[in-house]
Amino acid sequence: MELTRFAPIKNLLKNRYPQLALFVLMLAGFVFAILAGFIGTPVGSHNFSIVFVWIAWWAILIMVAVPFFGRGWCAVCPIPVVGDWLQRGAVLEPAAKTPKWLNLRVPAKFRNMWMQNIAFTLVALFSSVILTIPIVTSVVLAAMLFLAIGLSMVFERRAFCRYLCPVGGFIGLYAQAAPIELRIKDKRVCAQCVGKPCYNGSELGSGCPWDVFPGGLTKNTYCGLCMECIRTCPHDNIAVNLRPFSADLAKPSVRLDEAFKAFIMLGAALIYAYVLMGANGAIKLVAYSVFTPAWFTYAGVFLAVIFILLPGLYWLFVKAGNLNQALSGKYFAIASTPLIPLGLMFWVAFSLSFVLTNASYILAALSDPFGWGWNLFGTASIPWQPVLSSLIPPAQTLALVGGLAWAARVAQKTASQINISSASVIAYCLALTSLMLWLLL
Amino acid sequence: MKRSERLTRFIITAALFGVVALPLALWAQTPLIHASVAESGGWSPDVLRAKVGEPLHLRFTSDDVVHGFAIGQMDMQPVEIEPGKVSETILNFDKPGIYTFFCTRWCGLNHWRMRGTIEVTGGTDDPQPASAPLYVTLGLDLDAPHPAEAVPVETPSARRGMELLRLITNQPTYQSPDYYRSHSPSQVFQDLSASGLTDSQRWDLVAAIWAQNTTLEALAEGQQVYAQNCAACHGETGGGDGVFADDLAVAGEASMQAMSGSMEMSMQAPADFSDPQRMYGASPALLYGKILRGGMGTGMPMWGSIFTNEQIWNVTAYLYSFQFDYSK
Repeated sequence: MELTRFAPIKNLLKNRYPQLALFVLMLAGFVFAILAGFIGTPVGSHNFSIVFVWIAWWAILIMVAVPFFGRGWCAVCPIPVVGDWLQRGAVLEPAAKTPKWLNLRVPAKFRNMWMQNIAFTLVALFSSVILTIPIVTSVVLAAMLFLAIGLSMVFERRAFCRYLCPVGGFIGLYAQAAPIELRIKDKRVCAQCVGKPCYNGSELGSGCPWDVFPGGLTKNTYCGLCMECIRTCPHDNIAVNLRPFSADLAKPSVRLDEAFKAFIMLGAALIYAYVLMGANGAIKLVAYSVFTPAWFTYAGVFLAVIFILLPGLYWLFVKAGNLNQALSGKYFAIASTPLIPLGLMFWVAFSLSFVLTNASYILAALSDPFGWGWNLFGTASIPWQPVLSSLIPPAQTLALVGGLAWAARVAQKTASQINISSASVIAYCLALTSLMLWLLL
Repeated sequence: MKRSERLTRFIITAALFGVVALPLALWAQTPLIHASVAESGGWSPDVLRAKVGEPLHLRFTSDDVVHGFAIGQMDMQPVEIEPGKVSETILNFDKPGIYTFFCTRWCGLNHWRMRGTIEVTGGTDDPQPASAPLYVTLGLDLDAPHPAEAVPVETPSARRGMELLRLITNQPTYQSPDYYRSHSPSQVFQDLSASGLTDSQRWDLVAAIWAQNTTLEALAEGQQVYAQNCAACHGETGGGDGVFADDLAVAGEASMQAMSGSMEMSMQAPADFSDPQRMYGASPALLYGKILRGGMGTGMPMWGSIFTNEQIWNVTAYLYSFQFDYSK
């Protein structure tokens, strides 16, 4: 269903000011979070930077934004916006015809998801520290902000979002499962369009910041929903549609960088469930003690699980079920498509426990964001109390079993496209789901 | 540049400036005393200033674990300091001087070193000159070994000793506080060598002399102070095997020397008060001095600025309960 058929929605998306207002609000919150990490209490559970970034924002991102709006978060993310403005030399106006900065094209070998995979893995390896120490969170956030600005000065468009953002990679991967998409209405219009302002820009707006030609969009992975193409299209040929969940997965990706993103996300969810949510205090301490010999062992195991064990096992599973089928990189990538909904639901299940367990910190941090004894909204003294804790295990079970069913359905569709048996893929998903259930419950 | 562009830029700049400047301004006006384990710096700031007669409003927050705030030698309810939260107290000083504040919770291995000072000036009272502690007057070397020349075979009983004490009432010297404080049990045992009593009786008499120089209330207070402040290293039963003893033995020197301003340390195992050689060879004045002054770089903190004189004497009396049966 085309949402942009409705005039209020279309006007809302075309108008630059609502999005700009959200950008400014988000940017102010982002800067505030960075500041809180530097000057607020070092106690993570009482510092705005930790509570709002890793509890509130993460909950909204992984449980609402990504599953239902795909890259909806990217549409209002404050990290690239300063770089965008500097790159264009304007806040509202489109870029000048003569670039203000270097405006280089990102080298071809980096135009993929590998850098994002590495960036996410690095953040994941240090997550025990990043997620608990406000000043470390602030350093990471500030680094992302300045990296985004720096890359905007050197490269054209949003190089940071597209090729480096550790969050953007998995959002793009899971956005394929979301029931919302931006697509063109009629290919012929795009083909005949002179100047392609949606990609090259016009006086109405910038060319696609995500380096995507909307006329060729077939999946959500690399569309940041920034809505610039809706503003620049002279033919009103861009639509935002509601669609069934996981519609993009019917056209599987053949790229190994995307396939490995799925393994990285699956592995990270499993390891987090064991390390962060488990009862093993010693392993938590090891994960926290960065750069110690024990931590290097932990890092080695982490990397081995996500880059070798899970993909290797998957290859063996698929191969075992299809002994006569050659399983090249392309086929392997296609065969790993079911891991996208599976991984998404792993993250939903994992996040449910720590978000609901720690949600009460949000109200306290709202009133006292720096831990300085303020009580802005009268909620500063609300004690820590898990929320809906009795619902967590059934909700997690539902998410994981639902994810398994979803993955199985995708596996059946994908398998038929490359003539392999879906049974071994489903068996792999079942094994991992059982492991995740055991770890979380 | 269009007017809308200019206006938008102004709004964005103002919003970002406000988001940064406002908290920074408030930060500068929100002085907090940060508490963190001694290895991470202890109190910050650790030197405060106040004036006699002017209330001192203090606001605390903990940067890591639960801490407590109290001022040495002052009868006050400790302030509980929770991580990420702010606690407050108002203090009034009626005398000038340098007061020591300290953490009252077992917060970490070097909890005992988590201290700071409040310099109180003003007032009309002239500072009273401090009198030299007894161990100085007696010329005792606190760091010299003090093995007992003799130790009892069985635990001396104050009750049995009391009956004997009545028989030697013609020798009140033994019962005077000065004599008790300046002599070790072993010395008293030797002094009683001409009494005609058996060794066992003489040890019972020593126990009675020690019991006579304290009270049940004083022992109870000594026990409480010991449990709160000493037992973590020296052990609940005085065996030198408190919950921190092993960790201190492993990490003590390194962790102490990692603290800012620390001197060269040579970690020693906590004293074992159940060791007869150590206890029967130590006079109350010697133990008092060790508690008051501390171990001077051995890991034993100085308590002179925290405990009152009375508390130190009470702890000293309590320490002998690891050797004597005080029950009368």
